[in-house]
Amino acid sequence: MSKINRRNFIKIAGGAAAVGAIGFPAIAAGKKQVVIVGGGTAGATAAKYIRRGDDSVEVTLIEPNEHYYTCYMSNEVLGGNRKLETLKFGYDGLRKHGVTVVQDTVIGIDPAGRKVVTEGGKSFTYDRCIVAPGISFRNNIEGYDEAATEKFPHAWKAGAQTALLRGQLEAMADGGTVLIAPPPNPFRCPPGPYERASQIASYLKTHKPKSKILVVDSKDKFSKQGLFTQAWERHYPGMIEWKKAADTGGGIVRVDAKAGTVSTDFDDMKVDVANIIPAQKAGVIAAAAGLTDDTGWCPVTGKTFESTLHKGIHVVGDAAIGAPLPKSGYAANSQAKVVAAAVVELVNGREAGTPSWVNTCYSIVAPDDGISVAMVYNLVDGKVAKVEGSGGLTPMDSSPEAREREVQYAYSWFNNITHDIFH
Amino acid sequence: MSVGKILAVILGSSALLGGGPLSAAPTASMLADTCAGCHGTDGASVGPATPNIAGLSETYFTDTMLAFKNGDRYGTVMGRIAKGYSEEEIKLMAGFFASKPMASTSQELDAAKVAAGEKLYGKNCSKCHDENGSLADDDAGILASQWLPYLAYAMEDFKAGTTEMPKKMKKKVDALSDDELDALLQFFASQQ
Repeated sequence: MSKINRRNFIKIAGGAAAVGAIGFPAIAAGKKQVVIVGGGTAGATAAKYIRRGDDSVEVTLIEPNEHYYTCYMSNEVLGGNRKLETLKFGYDGLRKHGVTVVQDTVIGIDPAGRKVVTEGGKSFTYDRCIVAPGISFRNNIEGYDEAATEKFPHAWKAGAQTALLRGQLEAMADGGTVLIAPPPNPFRCPPGPYERASQIASYLKTHKPKSKILVVDSKDKFSKQGLFTQAWERHYPGMIEWKKAADTGGGIVRVDAKAGTVSTDFDDMKVDVANIIPAQKAGVIAAAAGLTDDTGWCPVTGKTFESTLHKGIHVVGDAAIGAPLPKSGYAANSQAKVVAAAVVELVNGREAGTPSWVNTCYSIVAPDDGISVAMVYNLVDGKVAKVEGSGGLTPMDSSPEAREREVQYAYSWFNNITHDIFH
Repeated sequence: MSVGKILAVILGSSALLGGGPLSAAPTASMLADTCAGCHGTDGASVGPATPNIAGLSETYFTDTMLAFKNGDRYGTVMGRIAKGYSEEEIKLMAGFFASKPMASTSQELDAAKVAAGEKLYGKNCSKCHDENGSLADDDAGILASQWLPYLAYAMEDFKAGTTEMPKKMKKKVDALSDDELDALLQFFASQQ
C-alpha cells in the first residue's frame, strides 16, 4: 500500500476489528477467503467460477456501483439499434452463487497483512485477492478534465457517458461533423473506436446523411483496419475520414471545453460532436495498491496472472498486462476463468493447472454486416502465447450472408457472455 | 499398478516438476469453459444463433471440431478457433460437453410449420436423427431445441455444398422443397 498515515492506520485497524467479528466463524471453520476488487467482466466472472469450482471457498466481491454497464455493444446504443438498459447488469445472479457482494470502494490493499480496506471503513482479510479494476484515464490531452467529459464525452466506460454522446448525436443538425479521437495503444477494446465510427455512420446515413465523421487518430494503424476500411467504403462512402497520427502530428492533444474547441498540434477545430477517448492505464486502485509498473498497467505471471509485484494478489482483465491477449471482454472473461481455477487450486494447497485462453471480438459495422477477430492462446515458457495456426480475421471476401451471420453470432456472444458472467 | 500407469505417474510428476517445456494438457473444464463466451455456460446457449453444444455425443463433437479444423465444414469463426486445438484437447472438450444435460430453448415458432415438419420427420429423418433429434447417441448432433437460425445456417451450408452431407441425407434433402425443409427445422427447434 502506498500510504499509511496515522489516520488511515486507525481506519484499517478499526475496520479489521469490525470484520474480525463477522468473519470469525468462517475462519474458525477453516474456510478459505477470496476477496475480489471490482465487479466488471473479469471480477464478476472470477467470483462465479470460483464458487463453481469449490463452493467451500468464501468469495467477497467489492464493487462501488449497484449495476454494471458493459462497454461492449455500447456502440450499438450510439448507432440507435440498442437501448442502454440492455447493457445493464446487477449482482443478484452472483449472490445466488453464494458470492457476498459488497457495494463499496476499495481504497487500499495490504499485501503483507492480506487485507483489503474500503472507503466505507471496512476491512476484509483474504487468502487470495483478485484485482479487476478495469481502466482509468491518463492526462494525455490538455484540458480534458472531469468537466470536459461532459462537453466531449469519452463514452469509454458505458452508462451515463454513452447516453450523453447518444444525446449529442441526436441533437446534431444534418450536415454536422462528428469527431472521434481514438487513444494510443494499449487500450480497452482495440477495434472499439472504429466500430463506433461505423455505428455512428449507420445512424447518420439514415437520419442525417449530409453529416461527416472525422476520426483523428493518435496511431498510424489500427485493429481490423482492412475490414473496417472496406466496410466504410461499402456502407458509408465519403462519410468517414480517418486521419492517421502522422497526418496531424499525433492526433488530438488539447481541448477547450468552454470555447468548444479540440486541437491537434497544428489546428484548432470546432466540431458539432467530439468523442475524446484519452490514453488509458489500469484502474485507480491498481496504482494505489502498488500493482502497476511504469507502463501504468499491472505486470502478472502468464500462468496464474498473479502480480509479479505482490504475491497473493492476481490482476485480471483490462488492468493486467496480458498481451498478446487483447484488452477485451472475451479475454477478461477467459482470463478470469483461468485465474478462478488457479485460485481454487492454490487456496487448497495444490498447484495451479495448465491454462488455456480464447478471444473473439465481433464488430458490427452495419446492421447486417459483422466482422470478427479470434485467437486461441496457451502457455509457452511461462508466458501467454498465440497458438500457431489458429485464429485470425473474417476474410475480406466473405459473403454478405456470412457477414449477416456474424451479426447474429455477435448478438449471441453478447447474450451468452453476459449470462455466463452475471447469472 | 500396470507399467502404463507407472509410466503415466512418472511422466506426470516430471511435468509437475517443470522438467522441460512440456506442460500437462489443460483440464477438460479449463478448455471447455473458454467456449462459454459464445456457446453459453456449460454449452447451453441462450441464443439467438450460436448452437447449444451441451449434451452432444463425444463422437459428434470430436468429428465436428476436426471437420472445422480441417476445413471440411464451413463456419464463420469456428474454423479459426478449432485450429487452435490438438485432437487430444478436442477429445477432452468432447467428454466435458457430453457429460452436460441437453439444453432446452424457448423460441417463437410457427405452429403450422412445426406440425408439417413433424409429418416430414417420420418419413425423412427419423432413422438417423433418433427421438425427434434429441438422442445424442445417434452421433448425428442434437437438433431438438436447437436455435432455429443455426439450423437454417447449417442447412444452407449443406445445400451449398460448403459442408458435406452424408449420402443418405443428401438424397432426402434434394427431394424436399425449401418450405418443407423450413418446416422440418421448425419441428426440431420446437422439441424440448
